[in-house]
Amino acid sequence: MYRVTLPALGTFDAWRDAARRLLSHGVPPDGVLWQRDGAGGGDLFAADAPPDTVGPQKVATTRTLLSTAQSVICHRDGQAPALLYQALHRHQSDRRAMANPADPLTRKLMRLQKEIGRDIHKMHAFVRFRELPASGPRRRFGAWFEPDHAIVEIATPFFARRFADMDWTIATPQGVARFQDSTLDFHPPGPPPDLPDDASEGLWQTYFAHIFNPARIHLKAMRSEMPLKYWKNMPETRLIPDMLAAAESRVAEMRAAMPSQPPARSARILNRLATPEPSQTPATMGAARAAAAQCRRCGLREAATQTVWGAGDAAAALMIVGEQPGDAEDLAGRPFVGPAGQVLDAAMTEAATGPCWRTNAVKHFKFKPRGKRRIHQPPTQGEIDHCRWWLDLERDMIKPRVTVALGASAAYALTGNAAPLAPRRGGIEPARDGGPVVITWHPSYVLRLDDAAATTARTQMVADLRRAQAMLQAAG
Amino acid sequence: MQMSLKQKLAILADAAKYDASCASSGTTRRDARSGGIGSAGGSGICHAYTPDGRCISLLKILMTNFCIYDCAYCINRVSSNVDRARFTPEEVVTLTLEFYRRNYIEGLFLSSGIIRSPDDTMSAMVRIARMLRQDHQFKGYIHLKTIPEASPELIHEAGLYADRLSVNIELPKDASTRALAPQKKPETIRAAMAAVRLKRQESGERSHTGKRPRRFAPAGQSTQMIVGADAARDHDILSTASRLYTGYRLRRVYYSAFSPIPDASAALPLIKPPLMREHRLYQADWLIRFYGFEVDEISGVTPSGNLDLELDPKLCWALANRQGFPVDVNRADRDMLLRVPGFGTRTVNRILTARRSGALRYGDLLRIGARMGTAKAFVTTPDWSPGGLTDAENLRARFAPAPTQLSLF
Repeated sequence: MYRVTLPALGTFDAWRDAARRLLSHGVPPDGVLWQRDGAGGGDLFAADAPPDTVGPQKVATTRTLLSTAQSVICHRDGQAPALLYQALHRHQSDRRAMANPADPLTRKLMRLQKEIGRDIHKMHAFVRFRELPASGPRRRFGAWFEPDHAIVEIATPFFARRFADMDWTIATPQGVARFQDSTLDFHPPGPPPDLPDDASEGLWQTYFAHIFNPARIHLKAMRSEMPLKYWKNMPETRLIPDMLAAAESRVAEMRAAMPSQPPARSARILNRLATPEPSQTPATMGAARAAAAQCRRCGLREAATQTVWGAGDAAAALMIVGEQPGDAEDLAGRPFVGPAGQVLDAAMTEAATGPCWRTNAVKHFKFKPRGKRRIHQPPTQGEIDHCRWWLDLERDMIKPRVTVALGASAAYALTGNAAPLAPRRGGIEPARDGGPVVITWHPSYVLRLDDAAATTARTQMVADLRRAQAMLQAAG
Repeated sequence: MQMSLKQKLAILADAAKYDASCASSGTTRRDARSGGIGSAGGSGICHAYTPDGRCISLLKILMTNFCIYDCAYCINRVSSNVDRARFTPEEVVTLTLEFYRRNYIEGLFLSSGIIRSPDDTMSAMVRIARMLRQDHQFKGYIHLKTIPEASPELIHEAGLYADRLSVNIELPKDASTRALAPQKKPETIRAAMAAVRLKRQESGERSHTGKRPRRFAPAGQSTQMIVGADAARDHDILSTASRLYTGYRLRRVYYSAFSPIPDASAALPLIKPPLMREHRLYQADWLIRFYGFEVDEISGVTPSGNLDLELDPKLCWALANRQGFPVDVNRADRDMLLRVPGFGTRTVNRILTARRSGALRYGDLLRIGARMGTAKAFVTTPDWSPGGLTDAENLRARFAPAPTQLSLF
């Protein structure tokens, strides 16, 4: 039988050294008695110190196992070092057990590790520093904190990274962490330090009392996240009884209060902010765009980000009309900036089209959210009809001599003819307001097709755009 | 009369408490070893809890509660008679740093009433963030509320200093926003969210020289919706949330039960805050984001379009879709396991890992941490079969809280 006595500070290193040596000699878990320094009571059994030298057996471990050991060794459960040794011993012959969350020993270690994790997390949360007088340029702070486990060594490097420009001391019943001139070291525990009053505590208490909403008391949540055992070292918690006592009457007062007379400045400010009702028919392109941004003619606006108004050269003789903005256009607020827009851009460059005004039959993006994506939905005829008011207005201002309709929705909006697109593609139809409409594919249709079909459709689209351009030149 | 810092803090914390967000997680990892003060990254830390069960992670204050808008649900609306105050930028910076040094907070959540103009307000807020980051090398967390009407340049600068930006959508339906917050424009709010999303996307892309631009709002954006101030059903609320998540890649949508405010508006009578409804909405939100549920599946369970207040939404869905159960724990895929009531994402991960080492039995599931009291009606293992339990008529009654007699008073 061997006995290992673990020190209060540097526990993990001591455990690891001893475990490594014992295991290299093939000592089974029940051949070791683990105890903590100062725990006493170990004299019942006569036992030897672990061997000084490394034995013949190679010791295998994993990073996970070591990091588990590093935290579990802090646990106040007296079994923790033995359980860890048991796990390490088993790992030599069974490499999979530590990775199996249903294994009883693994599960037990996971539970202990979780308790340590929580203790560390609460220490990071609930340590309260008070400022101490400083002699040098660095400010000094001190705190007293009582964790459940001996975590002072693994929990305090966090504070060293965070509060690097000040000197601080965190004293705990298990040990003291001192950070001075960028060096963190640990010392044996002492009595709780006497910390001077700190004026910022008063402000913090004010904040705590006022950020509290008396109408939504939820004590269980507070107590489970901030257990009572921590309260005595937190300055704000002593306010809680009074806050609770007053809560109900405060809410009752809010309810009982009669609506008050608004302050005098209120009406003046609101008058200044009031936006005039937009006139019936906007007279300029800018006014039309602004009015369309507020359009409520159909239900699409509620889901879409914004109205995507046409863009381009307002004096152009050519107008290109698509179906509706897509995901990219909806976010950017500009038409034809997405993948379909790129197809159109390329086709227009190839066809050498001149200046034009590009817009959509429907000015809002219609979609269905699915997972992380917004899936395009074709607009209904009703939606196209509602939005035609804007398209007509745009056409009235641009007065295009030739219009290109991209796809069936645009063709319907411009000609009123909802017949299938394929037989009509490449033809010229009269617009409802007169003027020729060249019917072609929508660029996103090209995107959906396979290679050969896509090439054909793209070629047809370019040909149609060329035709529109030729018509302009013939007329002009 | 000159107000003391303490008086201002009291007024401006009171003014800020209706914003639910207090997250400080998920930003870039950084610390003070290379200078300055503070650290961030990893999971957030809640430094205290008030008796309303909410955590305090950030110093959540308004820069000022003077406001030119008149939103009926808001304590700070122009027509309210609450006390008004305004912090100087130096005061906000000092409070943040002194609280931070004493380990009270993870950082600052700065919001503000709209003063003079949106641009004036936003630039004052950006100035505070800039002071913290540049003059004091503050590495902690900063959450800035974005004013939707502010200029793109200001929002861009805000995103360079802040970890998180947020714009509140306020109410689930545009019509309610127009009725209760007449100066706010839902389309402007959405456009601001879209702009933040595009900026974030740009900052994640390398330029042609391979250089990465400065990170823009690394902890993403979030928003808040008030629940119970209008007639919107849970279905509407969740649909709006789901559109916001997909459209603008929001990290979080916060649901805030409409809560009594001092000097309430006559336009909006006070109610008891619907806390259980808020809780169910959060559960449903989680199901949509982490469990692969669609809004219609969750809200389709009840004809009213509102979530069941008695049982959690996942259990409700399972009770209404029993044809898919029981599920064989040892064979089902991840998506199906995630739909079993009583299994959370962590449990499912553990099940999948443990399956590599052999078949799982009932006791293994208990050990893994599954809530078998709920799950046992919906799963089979080699040593457990729910038999008729899955289809039992009284299955719902086994989970629902015992009926209580209505109070006469």
